[in-house]
Amino acid sequence: MSETLSTATASSSSPPSPPSSPSRSLAIARLRDLALVPAIIAVAIVGSIVNPVFLSSDNIINVLQSMSEIAILVLAQTIVLITGKMDLSLESTFGLAPGIAAWLVVDPALTRGLGLDALPDAWAVPVVLLVGALVGAFNGLLIVRFGLNGFIVTLGMLIILRGLLTGISGGQTFFALPESMTYLGSATWFGVPASIWLSLLLFAAGIVVLGYTRSGRALYAIGGNVDAARAAGIRTDRVLWIALVVASVLAALAGLLISGRLAAVPAAQGSGAIFQVFAAAVIGGVSLNGGRGSVFGAFTGVLLLFMIINVLTLAGVPAQWTNFLNGAVILVALVVSRITGGKAQT
Amino acid sequence: MSAAPPRPTDGPSGDGRPVVEAVSITKRFGSTVALSDASIVVRRGETHALVGRNGAGKSTLVSILTGLQAADDGAVAFDGRPAPPLADRDAWRQRVACVYQKSTIIPTLTVAENLFLNRHARGPGGLIHWSRLRRAAEQLLAAWSVDVDVRQPASTLSVEQRQFVEIARALSFGARFIILDEPTAQLDAAGINRLFTRIRDLRAHGVTFLFISHHLQEIYELCDRVTVFRDARHIVTAPVAELSRQELVAAMTGEDVTMPEADHPPLPPDAPVLLSVRDLVTSSGAQVSMEARAGEVVGIAGGGGSGKVEVAEAIVGLTRRAGGTVTLDGRVLRPGSVPDALDAGVGLVPQDRHREGLVPLLSIAENVTMTVPDRVGRYGLISSARRDALARGTIADLAIKASGPQVPVSDLSGGNQQKVVMGRALASDPKLLVLITPTAGVDVRSKQTLLGVVEDVRRRGTAVLVVSDELDDLRICDRVLVMFQGRIVGEMAHGWSDNDLVAAMEGVDLHHV
Repeated sequence: MSETLSTATASSSSPPSPPSSPSRSLAIARLRDLALVPAIIAVAIVGSIVNPVFLSSDNIINVLQSMSEIAILVLAQTIVLITGKMDLSLESTFGLAPGIAAWLVVDPALTRGLGLDALPDAWAVPVVLLVGALVGAFNGLLIVRFGLNGFIVTLGMLIILRGLLTGISGGQTFFALPESMTYLGSATWFGVPASIWLSLLLFAAGIVVLGYTRSGRALYAIGGNVDAARAAGIRTDRVLWIALVVASVLAALAGLLISGRLAAVPAAQGSGAIFQVFAAAVIGGVSLNGGRGSVFGAFTGVLLLFMIINVLTLAGVPAQWTNFLNGAVILVALVVSRITGGKAQT
Repeated sequence: MSAAPPRPTDGPSGDGRPVVEAVSITKRFGSTVALSDASIVVRRGETHALVGRNGAGKSTLVSILTGLQAADDGAVAFDGRPAPPLADRDAWRQRVACVYQKSTIIPTLTVAENLFLNRHARGPGGLIHWSRLRRAAEQLLAAWSVDVDVRQPASTLSVEQRQFVEIARALSFGARFIILDEPTAQLDAAGINRLFTRIRDLRAHGVTFLFISHHLQEIYELCDRVTVFRDARHIVTAPVAELSRQELVAAMTGEDVTMPEADHPPLPPDAPVLLSVRDLVTSSGAQVSMEARAGEVVGIAGGGGSGKVEVAEAIVGLTRRAGGTVTLDGRVLRPGSVPDALDAGVGLVPQDRHREGLVPLLSIAENVTMTVPDRVGRYGLISSARRDALARGTIADLAIKASGPQVPVSDLSGGNQQKVVMGRALASDPKLLVLITPTAGVDVRSKQTLLGVVEDVRRRGTAVLVVSDELDDLRICDRVLVMFQGRIVGEMAHGWSDNDLVAAMEGVDLHHV
């Protein structure tokens, strides 16, 4: 708050009372955040009709856990999308970060020659996060520093990182992971899996940071009009760089969770997940053009997707049809949000 | 003004020290000299006009005065003190602000957040205190009598509201010196009036303005003193009252320029009717019937909401008409079909050259020949030699300042870009030429060229429609149809008086009150 403002407002003799009528556009903006809530409720009702098990706490925990890792990827992608960039490489970071940690830590004697046993077990988690940070920093170097197109850069990174993981693993699956790597993905806190707690906590933090801090609002400003953001004194390059690093670290953490849950790192971990991630973010109201969308919206997007998948499973739809229905669900959700939101989803 | 805005903190207005003084500024970009030993002094409390043709160095001066660029040579002083270092953005913001033609508002954020971007009100824990920020924004806008709901997204603001919000934001940083870069270019007459009222209000409260405009009329209406730049140099600074219009234009162009009002050869009485519009109804509800004969220049005048642009767009097929017929030389145009209109011989200069007129990254040649692929090639293949030849003709005819037909139009100045749009409209030798606000945002000389072209075109027997609220555009017309609220309310023959036409556009009849 600038002091000039306070003098400006204080010395104005009688500022007219601010308009008190609630603005319609604001109400709509708020509603857009909650746009998917009716859909979520509808799916819950349909789900409980299809199979009473749907609303049981076991099933709800099952849904939340199955979505927790992808949800963190969606959070990461949302941060990047709001700045007007995109990061396709998140799905490869998701596999590579725990893959590198496993490669450095796992004892080849136990795993038919996979792994180096070069670092003590305790290094596994720091290495996971460090790989994430390095990938994000490299993305930032190419996109921010050299001004390359984010889509192509991260597409290249997606392929290169996947190739790196396939190279170090020989296309096989790392297993016999140390306990430090499996803990977060498999532990249970207060009767609920730790990965659910973590993803919910991260989303809560995301809502606060993006909604209530200057740095969070800087992401929106950059995505909305980067020149105006720079003119307002925002260090746009630095913020973009940080956003890319944070997103990659989140992806690495999500990869750690799923590796812990499955107690393994397959060479294809995360492969193809980025499409679902984009779909969830866009359904949740995050604009691909930047500047628009919310963390809460993104959460409702991923929740809706996974609830529908769960209902389909409970309804006994054969697994071979899951992909077909996934795609259909994405398109239907887009059409519905186009109709209810009134504006083209971009 | 309901609330009294704050007085400037340091002393009464007019205390002698200039708000800003730039002395002997020189700035080069590579081999181009953008400013050469140029100076300007803006006194406290005045509204100072800065005029000059495109390329005279105005924008460079603005970026030096706002601290976006450093001068190669010379000094800038605010209130007699040397300007702060470039890196100290806050210090610059407290001294000077510029409202650019290009918005510095972030459309996806609310008005309130735009006002306090990166300086949000914060509560405990460093978290943004949204309700306090909103109240501060409401108070700020109320203090400067800007009537805008701060909670709406900035994308919903009109150009005019957007400018007011940007001015209020500048004032909230403490700046009492504001540069307005062609603020009227995108406003209609009523909006310009409101902007001027606002500027006069603020001036009464000690705010100093540097006003950049191509419209000399506005300068006489609003400003105290005027500085003219030409070819990167300062030419003259004088009180507006002491500089006649002729002298001002002469200072800008270095020669005497008169608008092509010239002799209007009356139409031959047997000139055939070329364009016939019967009971046209646009989708917005405007209704028009009119005719234009071969070689006739017909003006359609009207204010912002008069429906003149909608009518023109319906005639050329850019929008689908709701009813009525448009006949050109005996051929009925298909509603809402641009290809059909082009085929029938319609040339169009659309309202917004950036949106509808040009593909900025393509060359002049490609832009000019975009509507006439069959004239630059055979069997669907385009001959670049033929295309460039055609474009060279256009460049010569319209005096476009460019090194050749291969130059991308994004490299051209506004006036030259508009000439390219005109060239595209003329490329097909149209029977009907429709010009929508053809001289918006172009400099005096380009304006003269563009309007002079119309004179040539009509001699060849083309009917011309000039859709504008710009008096200079309308002066070349044989007759002007005045639209108000979607209806034609009057027709004025060539030789109308300015007052009558302006009054008619505002819906007032001076002679029957």
